[in-house]
Amino acid sequence: MIEVKQLKRSFKDGDRQIDVLKGIDFKAESGEFIAIMGRSGAGKSTLLYQISLLDYPTSGEIIIDNMPTQDMHAEARTNFRLTHFGYVFQDYALLPELTALDNVVLPLLMQGIEKAKAYKRATETLMIVGLEHRLNNIPSKMSGGEQQRVSIARGIVHHPKILFADEPTANLDNESSEVVMKLFQQLNKEGQTIIMVTHEPEYAKLADKVVKIDDGKILSITKN
Amino acid sequence: MISPLDIRIGFFLAVRQIKRASLWTTGLIVFVMVLTFLNLVVVSGILVGLIQGAVDATRTSYTSDVTISSLPDKAYIENSTNIIALLDTIPGIAHYTPRYREGGTVESNYKDRKDTDKPNIASGQIVGIDPNKEDAITHLSEHVVEGSYLNASDYDQVLVGHYLLKQYLPIETPAFTTLEHVGIGTKIRLRVGGVIHEVTVKGIVKTKVDEISMSVFMVDSQLKNMIGRGDNNVDEIAIEAKPGINPTQIRDTLNMYGVNQVAKVQTFEDAQPKFLKDMIKTFATLGAMLSSIGLVVAAITIFIVIFINAVTRRKYIGILKGIGIHGHVIEISYVFQSMFYAIIGSVIGLLFVYLVLVPYFAANPIDFPFSDGILVAPIGETFFRVGLLVLSTLISGYIPARMIVRKNTLDSILGRN
Repeated sequence: MIEVKQLKRSFKDGDRQIDVLKGIDFKAESGEFIAIMGRSGAGKSTLLYQISLLDYPTSGEIIIDNMPTQDMHAEARTNFRLTHFGYVFQDYALLPELTALDNVVLPLLMQGIEKAKAYKRATETLMIVGLEHRLNNIPSKMSGGEQQRVSIARGIVHHPKILFADEPTANLDNESSEVVMKLFQQLNKEGQTIIMVTHEPEYAKLADKVVKIDDGKILSITKN
Repeated sequence: MISPLDIRIGFFLAVRQIKRASLWTTGLIVFVMVLTFLNLVVVSGILVGLIQGAVDATRTSYTSDVTISSLPDKAYIENSTNIIALLDTIPGIAHYTPRYREGGTVESNYKDRKDTDKPNIASGQIVGIDPNKEDAITHLSEHVVEGSYLNASDYDQVLVGHYLLKQYLPIETPAFTTLEHVGIGTKIRLRVGGVIHEVTVKGIVKTKVDEISMSVFMVDSQLKNMIGRGDNNVDEIAIEAKPGINPTQIRDTLNMYGVNQVAKVQTFEDAQPKFLKDMIKTFATLGAMLSSIGLVVAAITIFIVIFINAVTRRKYIGILKGIGIHGHVIEISYVFQSMFYAIIGSVIGLLFVYLVLVPYFAANPIDFPFSDGILVAPIGETFFRVGLLVLSTLISGYIPARMIVRKNTLDSILGRN
C-alpha cells in the first residue's frame, strides 16, 4: 500500500545541512497498525510528514497504492490527502471557531458530500468516539481527551485509507490516552490502516508492527 | 479553478469565523467601514449639495420647471397672449406665472438730499407680477421677511429684494450700491427706461436666489403701463408641471406648437448656467478625491485586520490545508469575511444616509451665504461607491490571506518560519 524507497530529508541551517532522514526504506500494507518509535530528534515525525504528503522529501520515492507521489503538484497532493488520509495531531489541531460537529464534517463537505448526509455521518462518527453529547461544543469547552477524540473522528469520518497519528497521546493523561489507544485498536480491527508516531513503548506494543528509527535511519522493524 | 463547492466551503468557514470573532473587534471594523462609507458619500454629497441647493432654490423660487423667455434678439416674448392661451390647454401644466421684467434703478434719498449730495441709487430688476399666480408657483410670499406680500390691487407698492438694502447687505463698492434707511413704508423712486415713479415699500423679500433678491416686485398691470407694453407681451413665463410630469414633456409640447420660434423654451436644467454645472462637476471631483483617501484608509484597515487574523491563524490555515482543504477555499473564506465587513458597513451607512442624513439636511439645510446646502446622494452613485468600497476591501482581504495561505503547509502547522 505504501512503499518508501531511499527517502531522504535535509534541512538548511545557515550554511549547514542537517540530514534528518538518511535513506529510509519502508513498507506498510493495508489494514496494518504501525508504530514508529525513536528518541527525540530521531526523525520519526519527519518520516510521518513525508509519507503523509504534508512535506516534500529531499530525495527518494513514496509510492501509495502503486502511485508515485514525488511529481504530484500541490493541489493534487491536497486532493490526495483529502481523499486518502486522515490525521491526528499531538495538539489535536482542531479549528477553534468550529464546533466538534463542524470540525468533523469539514472533510466530508470538502469532498462534495451532500450537507445532510455529511452531518449525519459526522454525528455517527462522533458517537463512535463517544462524544454524542459534545456535538455542538467548541474545542475550548472540551477536555484534552475529548478534543483528541474529535480529532480522531475528523481523521476517520471520510473513511481514509490511512490514518496518520503524530504522538496522539503526548498531551493526554493516562486515562484519556487509554481511551484514544482503545479507539485506535478498535478502528484497526475494523480494517483501518494506522501509522502512529509514539515514544511510549506500552502503546507501541498495541501496534502490529514497530518501526524503530534513530539518527534518520531505520534500526529495526519488529512485529508484535 | 474555483468551483461552487469551494465557494460553499469558503462561506462555511467565513460564517463560523465571523460568528466566533470578538464582538468588539467586529464592531470596530464595521464602524471603520461605516465611517469610510460616510466619507465616500457625504463629503462629495455636501460639496455638490452646496451648489445643488442653489440650483434647487432657483427652481423652486424662480424658474419653476419650465421657463419661457424672450429670444436673445427680442425685447420681450412676441405673441405672449397666444402662448398664455396655449398654456391653459396643455394638461401637464399645474400653474404658470407671466412676468414683466425690465432693468432699472431705485432711489431712496431723493426727498432729503441737497443738490450737492450723492443720490442713493441701487440698480436691479423691476419685475411685474400677478401676485396670486406668482405665489402659487414660487411661494414668493413665504420669503417676505418684513412687511407683507402684494395684493393684486396694490398699486404704487413694491416688494424690495434684500440685496438692494444696506441693512441686509452692508457692502458698498463703486460698482455696487445699496439703499440706506429704507424700510416698510419708505417711499422710493423707480426709474424704468425714461419713466420715474414713486412707490412705497410694502415688503422686503429675502432669499438666496439672486434673481429675487436683486429685484423689485410690483403688480404687473402697473409695470406694464410704466413701460408702455400695451400689447400685453411679457418678458418671461414660469411654468410648474403637475406632479409626475417630466418638464421635458412640457418643453417638447410647447416646441411642437412652435413656441420656440418666438421664445426660448427651457426646462430648469436647460436654464441652469454652465458655470453652475461646471461647479457641480468640479465639486464632485474634489469630493471624489477626498473620498478616495478614505477608501485607501479602509483598504489598509482591512488589509491589516485580515493580515493579523491570517498570521495568528496560520497554524489553523496549515491544518486546513493539511486535512485537504484547498488554499483557494481558505482565501475565499477571507474574501467573504472582508465582504461581510464592507457590506454590513455599507448597509448601516446607507440606512444612516437615507434615513437620517438626507432627511435631516433637507429639513435643516446648511446655511451657506449663497445657498442652503443639502446632502446630494443619488442612489446610482451611492451604490457605485458601495461597489468601490466592497471591491477595495475584497482585494485588501484577499492579498494578506493569499500571502499566508501560500506558505508551506507543514511549516504553518508547526509554526516554522
